[in-house]
Amino acid sequence: MDFLEITNLNISYLTRRLLVTAVQDVSFSVKKGEILGLVGESGSGKSTIGRAILGLLDEPGKIEGGSIQLENLNLADPATEVSAFRGKRIGLIFQDPQTSLNPVMTVGEQLLETIQTHLQIDAGDARKRAIELLDDVGIIDAKTRFDDYPHQFSGGMRQRVVIALALCADPDILIADEPTTALDVSIQSQILALLQKLRSDRNLAVILITHDMAVISEIADRVVVLKDGRIVEMGSPAAVLGNPSQTYTKRLVSSVPPTDRRIHRFPIMNSDQGSAADQNLKILNRWQLQKNTGASLVRVKSLSKSFSDESFMRIAAKEPVHAVRDVSFEIREGESFGLVGESGSGKSTIAKMIVKLIEPTSGLIFFEQDDITTLEGPTLLAFRRKIQMVFQDPYSSLNGRMKIKNIIAEPILHHNSQLGQMDIDHYVDDLLAAVDLAASSRDRYPHEFSGGQRQRISIARALATQPKLLVCDEPTSALDVSIQAQILNLLKDLQEKLGLTILFISHDLPVVRQMCDRIAVLRDGAVCEIANAERLFDAPTHSYSRHLLNSMPKFQP
Amino acid sequence: MAKRTTGIVDRIWDSDIFHSFIHSPTALISSCILVIILLTSFFCEFVAPHDPFTPSSLSLMDAFTPPFWVEDGNTVFLFGTDGQGRDLFSAILYGTRISLIVGFSAILFSVIFGVLLGLTAGYFGGRYETIIMRLADVQLTIPSILMALLIDGVVRGLISRELHDEVAIFVLIFAIGISEWPQFARVARGATLVEKNKDYISAARIIGLPNGIIMFKHILPNILRPILVIGTIGLALAILAESTLSFLGVGVPPTTPSLGTLIRLGNDFLFSGEWWISFFPSFFLVILAFSINLLGDWMRDTLNPKIN
Repeated sequence: MDFLEITNLNISYLTRRLLVTAVQDVSFSVKKGEILGLVGESGSGKSTIGRAILGLLDEPGKIEGGSIQLENLNLADPATEVSAFRGKRIGLIFQDPQTSLNPVMTVGEQLLETIQTHLQIDAGDARKRAIELLDDVGIIDAKTRFDDYPHQFSGGMRQRVVIALALCADPDILIADEPTTALDVSIQSQILALLQKLRSDRNLAVILITHDMAVISEIADRVVVLKDGRIVEMGSPAAVLGNPSQTYTKRLVSSVPPTDRRIHRFPIMNSDQGSAADQNLKILNRWQLQKNTGASLVRVKSLSKSFSDESFMRIAAKEPVHAVRDVSFEIREGESFGLVGESGSGKSTIAKMIVKLIEPTSGLIFFEQDDITTLEGPTLLAFRRKIQMVFQDPYSSLNGRMKIKNIIAEPILHHNSQLGQMDIDHYVDDLLAAVDLAASSRDRYPHEFSGGQRQRISIARALATQPKLLVCDEPTSALDVSIQAQILNLLKDLQEKLGLTILFISHDLPVVRQMCDRIAVLRDGAVCEIANAERLFDAPTHSYSRHLLNSMPKFQP
Repeated sequence: MAKRTTGIVDRIWDSDIFHSFIHSPTALISSCILVIILLTSFFCEFVAPHDPFTPSSLSLMDAFTPPFWVEDGNTVFLFGTDGQGRDLFSAILYGTRISLIVGFSAILFSVIFGVLLGLTAGYFGGRYETIIMRLADVQLTIPSILMALLIDGVVRGLISRELHDEVAIFVLIFAIGISEWPQFARVARGATLVEKNKDYISAARIIGLPNGIIMFKHILPNILRPILVIGTIGLALAILAESTLSFLGVGVPPTTPSLGTLIRLGNDFLFSGEWWISFFPSFFLVILAFSINLLGDWMRDTLNPKIN
């Protein structure tokens, strides 16, 4: 028998309106010294399984049937005191290192507390053990860092502390729920390497829950693909991801942006929605298409931005933060220009300055021929019409109190106040059709739509003014990979048909490779390298670009 | 995706808030009491058995009649009468109406004033925000009763006595309203700061919409929930403040008594055995304020995005 064996597990949530079956007939097992990847899109039940093993199901979740056998213990049996084993035999790593540590306790105190709860050892030994653990997870100078508070650690270091906490009582099994999702790629690769090392050093069984196929293909020994609470496929990553037998897995794998080459479109299998490329785009009738000359549309010259906490009747308490330093680049008409960098690299700040949401501290931004910092009144309105933005978070980018038709009609009305109601209605329908949404969506509210659909609404709103430049700030990072593929295809199609210029901002290198013609790599607010996409990925010149590319998890099934 | 619902009635019927409402005995009972009080007091001309404010209908012979279940009481005057022979039950109904009108108007005034200042302060920020919010801090250090006494005193000094009785109710509304605005300004500012940084506001700015439209069409509807909650609890406070002021004699004139005025009138007879004259108005006031507070508590629990 394997170390942990799950058989016919069923979990459901009884809500007011209906019974939601979150997990259905799931059976799999984990051996010691094995990393098992649980992969699936949102709503696939992967986290629910992880929580069920720990006995941490949220109300009103309930295990309806099946067993979770940890050696001779059935964790699914309500009579079993799972809390006695949680932390001791089963360790847990959460997604967000910002919130999984107590901010008012030092890291050392938190480790000591956990160790002494589970092991009967005196304070001196516990302290020794805690420092050893910090050492093991790669915290440099563990003895002095022992008395530091969580905020004194960086995100990656904090996640290492969380892992040390999970290891306190020498568990046999570790459950890692999206352990690297909140981290930058270079830190992600370190944490993944750490998990692999711990697995072999301590002969741990690891259940790695993630949505990221590349992470799974890099470190998992076996993978379980879940969809809607059921197992679709199970086996070695090479077999399941390299040569999937099920349609769903095929579709999932084909949606992952390849890291080694550029493809024209993501193949979307069994998609019931026709793509915009096959249709006559009705909005084209309204579009004044101009031939893209390849001349520069946006020129950014020695742009800098610093943020200070000084204000009226308040003296600056901290040094101003230099978010962007001396950045220069140009975006040519009709191209996709990518801004790539890790968190804090200033990429979103640059985007906000280009769309004139915030003013630069110094430097110039030219759009067409105008210096945008000097625009006012009617010229500012004309500028606003030509440049629109799609945001990262589909849940906060639409006003929840407005119907879809009003959200999309608002920019139309504002920029063409002479249009009649009939005309606006038709235009809204055409825009909805252009982003593959049903015309019946117009009378609904945003909460009735999924993340991907909301992102389509966001794109329709951005297109309503017929912009020349579309600024996309991480437009797919909150979406599942199959939805991401659809949205990226949509953006590509629209760019082709409408002659849009796109400024694409992302931390996700494979996505940038698929979307962009030219790319600027940013680090700490400064540009490291600007290059054509192919050149950057095949032969990066700057050391930081090389570092980024090396840390990027490769999806090579 | 949620089930498609069509009409506004269906949407309310299907909503989680309505569901929570009909499953909360507190909310149900308190709102039933409130509806009864609202209906009876606003239609008091038809409900009240007597007209307590027409002097010709009063008879001093009826003065100090006790409640009907007490010896000497009779069912003509359910809760007894006061020193002028007015039916107490009818007077309470008329008084509740005055109290409710003053309370509602005062809270409406402070909600509009406070939200306007808080919303603009949060949205524009900078020097304007600092000045508004410091003003709110100053306002909070002045007790509301003191503030109302002050305004009432100033108005009394400015206008004649006959005129004062006519405008007394407006002075009262203004005095209570002005002392309640800071809490609405604070809540509105806080909520605005949260909403302002959301992407839909950035989108509205990139479209080029003017600040007024962004504030009132986009932000305002999204900050109304917390305002509604503290507004409800504020309503109970405003009614109590009105009663306090009337009890102190600076509120509505005795010719059109509110609950507070009735309690004051009864206070003089409390020790001579005619307890009912101030007891019943007080009892009504407690029930009214208590129901509003219970409803406010339920709202706070249900509308709080952190709990749900």
